[in-house]
Amino acid sequence: MAVPLAALGALLLALPVLGLLWRAPWSAAWDVLGDDAVRTALRLSLVASLGATALAAVVGLPLAWVLARHEFPGRRAVRALALVPLVLPPVVGGVALLLAFGRRGLLGQWLDQWFGITLPFTLAGAVVAEAFVALPFLVLTAEAAFRNLDTRYEEAARTLGAGPAALVWRVVVPLTWPSLAAGLTLAWARALGEFGATITFAGSAPGRTTTVPLQVYILLESGRLEGAIVLSVLLLIVSVGVLVALRDRWLFTR
Amino acid sequence: MRRVWLVVLLVLAACGTGDDDAAITVLAASSLTEAMTEIGAAFEEAEGVEVTLSFGGSSSLAEQANQGAPADVIVTADRASLAKVDDAGEPTDVARNRLAIIVEPGNPKRITGLADLARDDVVLVLCAPEVPCGRFGALALEKAGVVVTPASLEEKVKGVVSKVTLGEADAGLVYVTDVEAAGDDAAGVDIDVAADRELEAVYSMAVLGQSEHAALAAEFIGFVAGAEGRRVLAAHGFLAP
Repeated sequence: MAVPLAALGALLLALPVLGLLWRAPWSAAWDVLGDDAVRTALRLSLVASLGATALAAVVGLPLAWVLARHEFPGRRAVRALALVPLVLPPVVGGVALLLAFGRRGLLGQWLDQWFGITLPFTLAGAVVAEAFVALPFLVLTAEAAFRNLDTRYEEAARTLGAGPAALVWRVVVPLTWPSLAAGLTLAWARALGEFGATITFAGSAPGRTTTVPLQVYILLESGRLEGAIVLSVLLLIVSVGVLVALRDRWLFTR
Repeated sequence: MRRVWLVVLLVLAACGTGDDDAAITVLAASSLTEAMTEIGAAFEEAEGVEVTLSFGGSSSLAEQANQGAPADVIVTADRASLAKVDDAGEPTDVARNRLAIIVEPGNPKRITGLADLARDDVVLVLCAPEVPCGRFGALALEKAGVVVTPASLEEKVKGVVSKVTLGEADAGLVYVTDVEAAGDDAAGVDIDVAADRELEAVYSMAVLGQSEHAALAAEFIGFVAGAEGRRVLAAHGFLAP
């Protein structure tokens, strides 16, 4: 019973990929990639996804460290919170971001009044939306890595006179680097593919918030199916590339 | 246990035949959300038919229809989008709609016309050029000689409405009926060029080629174009075709 069902599962995963490749208009690929709107979207996606990964790293790695190393009341709640974007529909995430960081939002109204900062419709807004959905991938991976790190290494370094900075950069990061790199790459790939939260929170403005997934949607909406497929295949190639790069690190344990 | 399964099967079978007998699916332009929901309910009541409505941007609806979406009727906000459907019956015009500026309640930015949309302190959201309201909006701005930098281009008109009612945008170009539907959450500002025939959305509907209930679908179109449909459309601010 297991084998036929497994085959069905594999088929369910493989057929959509084959469907894309089957319909891909290879001859039109260069035309599509030469299109100004598409190029703008590609450039923007690269910038926004790298920015989101950086933001996720700056706040996510310390969060993972605290979750792995410190015992405090509410730790389980915080860990559950770190997983919310994973299960929340991205569009709902976008609405939640609006209600938090929008012009009338919980925090957003003060950001607007005190500093004149509004996130919606800006590149920064797209970055925040992408970081929001990407964060769990980084936090989960990094927390596991930190937890598996033997505390004796830190103790030894500390007795040898290492300060907190040296401890992080010369002990913790080098020892957990493979996992951290895997977490960062997964987070980046998730940020690159982000659609729902971005379009809801940051809207769609060419060059500012219209990333590649939004461009795919626009091409579909306007009946330019060829362009949408070419861009989709490009995203597919990137994601497969990420999986191959991570093959031995995190995804397949032998 | 076996008896339970039997009951489940019977229930499923009953549902199945019920659906097949009297049900139609309608793809309708986003701006028709309130009016078409009401008309659909009235048709259900009058004919004992289940009406399933699916709302979206007109261009995306046309695309869905071409991809073989299992629907019976399509209503778009312009004739051009309907013309893109490969396999549809004769179109029937059922209503017209005009553009208006949607602003926050009380119009805090004191927007009086299209020219104000170019102001630096006004966050403006428009429909994307792929959907009818985006095309009409761009044409209206062009005719008025106003050059704007929109903060976002939404894929359907209700996206513009929600950006304004949530307070993220100060103004947007939508249809008169959308301002009406937003009630107390928004206010409207009339624009001079609204009465220009070229800038009017003409709602057009047709039976889809893939419909398995073509007779019922045609009947629904007749209902929308008839007295009851017109009454509801007028109540929501639509103009007669």
